[in-house]
Amino acid sequence: MGEFAIRVHDLGKEYRLGALSSGYRTLRDALAERAGQITGRVPKPSREILWALRHVSFEVERGQVLGVIGRNGAGKSTLLKILSRITEPTEGEAEIHGRVGSLLEVGTGFHPELTGRENIFLNGAILGMKRTEIAAKFDEIVDFAEVPKFIDTPVKRYSSGMYLRLAFAVAAHLEPEVLVVDEVLAVGDAEFQRKCLGKMSDVAQQGRTVLFVSHNMSAILRLTHETLVLDRGALVLRAPTPQAVDYYMTSGLAQSGERRWTPDDVPTGASPFQPRVLRVLDDRGRVAERVACTEPFTIEFEYELAQEVTGLRIGLYLSTSRGEPVLTSFDTDDPRAFERHTARPAGRHVSRCRIPATLLNEGLFVLGVNASSFRIRSYFTDEHALSFSVDGTGAPGSHWPETRGGPIRPALAWEIGEAG
Amino acid sequence: MSAEVLAARPAVIPTTLIRPSRGWSALNLRELWRYRELIFFLTWRDVMVRYKQTLFGAAWAILKPFLTMVIFYFVFDRLASVPTDGYPGPIFYFSGLLPWILFQEGVTKAGNSLVTGANLITKVYFPRLSIPLASVVSGLVDFGLSFLVLAGMMVVYRVPFSARLLAVPLFLLLALVTALGVGLWVSAMNVTYRDVGHVIPFAVQAWMYASPIVYSVNLITDPLWRLAYGLNPVAGVVMGFRWAILGGMVFPTTLVLESVLVSLLLLVSGALYFRRMERTFADVV
Repeated sequence: MGEFAIRVHDLGKEYRLGALSSGYRTLRDALAERAGQITGRVPKPSREILWALRHVSFEVERGQVLGVIGRNGAGKSTLLKILSRITEPTEGEAEIHGRVGSLLEVGTGFHPELTGRENIFLNGAILGMKRTEIAAKFDEIVDFAEVPKFIDTPVKRYSSGMYLRLAFAVAAHLEPEVLVVDEVLAVGDAEFQRKCLGKMSDVAQQGRTVLFVSHNMSAILRLTHETLVLDRGALVLRAPTPQAVDYYMTSGLAQSGERRWTPDDVPTGASPFQPRVLRVLDDRGRVAERVACTEPFTIEFEYELAQEVTGLRIGLYLSTSRGEPVLTSFDTDDPRAFERHTARPAGRHVSRCRIPATLLNEGLFVLGVNASSFRIRSYFTDEHALSFSVDGTGAPGSHWPETRGGPIRPALAWEIGEAG
Repeated sequence: MSAEVLAARPAVIPTTLIRPSRGWSALNLRELWRYRELIFFLTWRDVMVRYKQTLFGAAWAILKPFLTMVIFYFVFDRLASVPTDGYPGPIFYFSGLLPWILFQEGVTKAGNSLVTGANLITKVYFPRLSIPLASVVSGLVDFGLSFLVLAGMMVVYRVPFSARLLAVPLFLLLALVTALGVGLWVSAMNVTYRDVGHVIPFAVQAWMYASPIVYSVNLITDPLWRLAYGLNPVAGVVMGFRWAILGGMVFPTTLVLESVLVSLLLLVSGALYFRRMERTFADVV
């Protein structure tokens, strides 16, 4: 009989969209609504209801490290927020055995005016540590953060790297039986991320139960053996992590070679940008879910601008089905193109990118898109917009029926001769 | 792992059950008590942060009420000659301002505390009551500093230090209860209706003139009106405080009793309202 640390049964959380999209209600709205109801002039506004999470049930054994993946809006954060008691479920229940530490962000409650020392105590208390516990671990925390010299300096004078290290150091020294972690590794430089990952795997080996949410597939693959996949509020798969990652990266995505967006699919924050269609076109201009390695193909992204946008750039992210990035490219990477398209007028536009023949290896690939003005604003990002496969027939070296590693398989110029 | 650590571990692993709650929920004071260290740290943060990077630092805690008192003295005493029950204007105003400022700052800070602390509320769980509670309690430090000035003024104006001073902590507690009661209502409403944030400064100012800070209660002679006036719990707080400090007056029994009743009512209703609203704080704020 496996002892469980977390048991979730039929959990659900609904949000009222009306209340969400407007940010917050003003008293006037509420009064007007009431008055309207009383006089009967305005019908009661039917608010759209969104189930951020519904009918989710699972158990986590004690000592297990379970990954949770899913696209934005799949309900991952809602699940973690319910389990860490930040918000209440609308239905169902969850049972947790042991103290819960939640790490939805590093540096929660850090105050810029306070010194590193003061913030360690404050942040520790906020995360649920006792004062004596923090005092006992104080030196360890300072060492891990590598900030001993600045420990009595207000953290507003810290570099962002130091700030993050300190914030993570406090969090990493939490010792609850159940740890709920969200995307904390998405910050900081590569060096720091490595350190955090190292600490995370230490935590995992100490036999604590961890629920780990991330967009970082390599971190998920490295730290967890089993993973939940959430999609639109539902638990769609629980499987060994490599399988779950494959499933997440490819299935559920449009496999038809084309992805369309309706205005409802796009967050309101994207305005004035509205994505329309992303397509993969083969050499003859037909929409294709499968392209030949030996032929060039085109990626086409159609979008609409409600008003003129300056400095806009459209980006493509290509990654493997395991989440390893292959390349990133923007339509104005050429400085001349950037000058020519400084301002894009309102209306419909298309950005096309030609991928040369014999570049990609056979396998599944995932396309992401992004629309942004560099360092000004990111309008829209969908990292998993579309998946397509590459057929390796006729690829360089395909006369040897063997699997070639790596996401690319270019035809390279070889010379064979006698060594002089 | 050492045996010590193992022994220190609680034998029973706590179990948390998470399920939707309906209707009015209990206050769960036990949980609040378990989080007392956090409340202490939040209070401490409020105090620490308040005067960081200011030239005069904590002197502001004294300067604010003192300068206000000076203004009141010139406007209401010298210019308008509003009676001060025979006490010297400065000490009359100052002794009223002290509990008033504790109340005013408490309500203002608590009122905005949840909105300012939104990043905490959406990222970590802890009893939400601790946030406004810490805001109200942190005013005690300022109060303590100004109290030293008041003691100095008592010496200057030759007000005898009597046993009545022992009642000061009681009125202090009453002021805190009143501020927390109002603060809980206001902070919870502010999460959903940001209008509250705009109303607070104005309402607090009006409230001051509805309290016997710059004038004496004795201006109100009609007993019925006086009873109605006492429904403002701050009236009882201020009068009780003045009685304890200045003496030379009859104990304002009715005002204080009314104040205690209204304050407790505000506190209990505020806490219940707060608990009812708090389950959606993280979603709405």
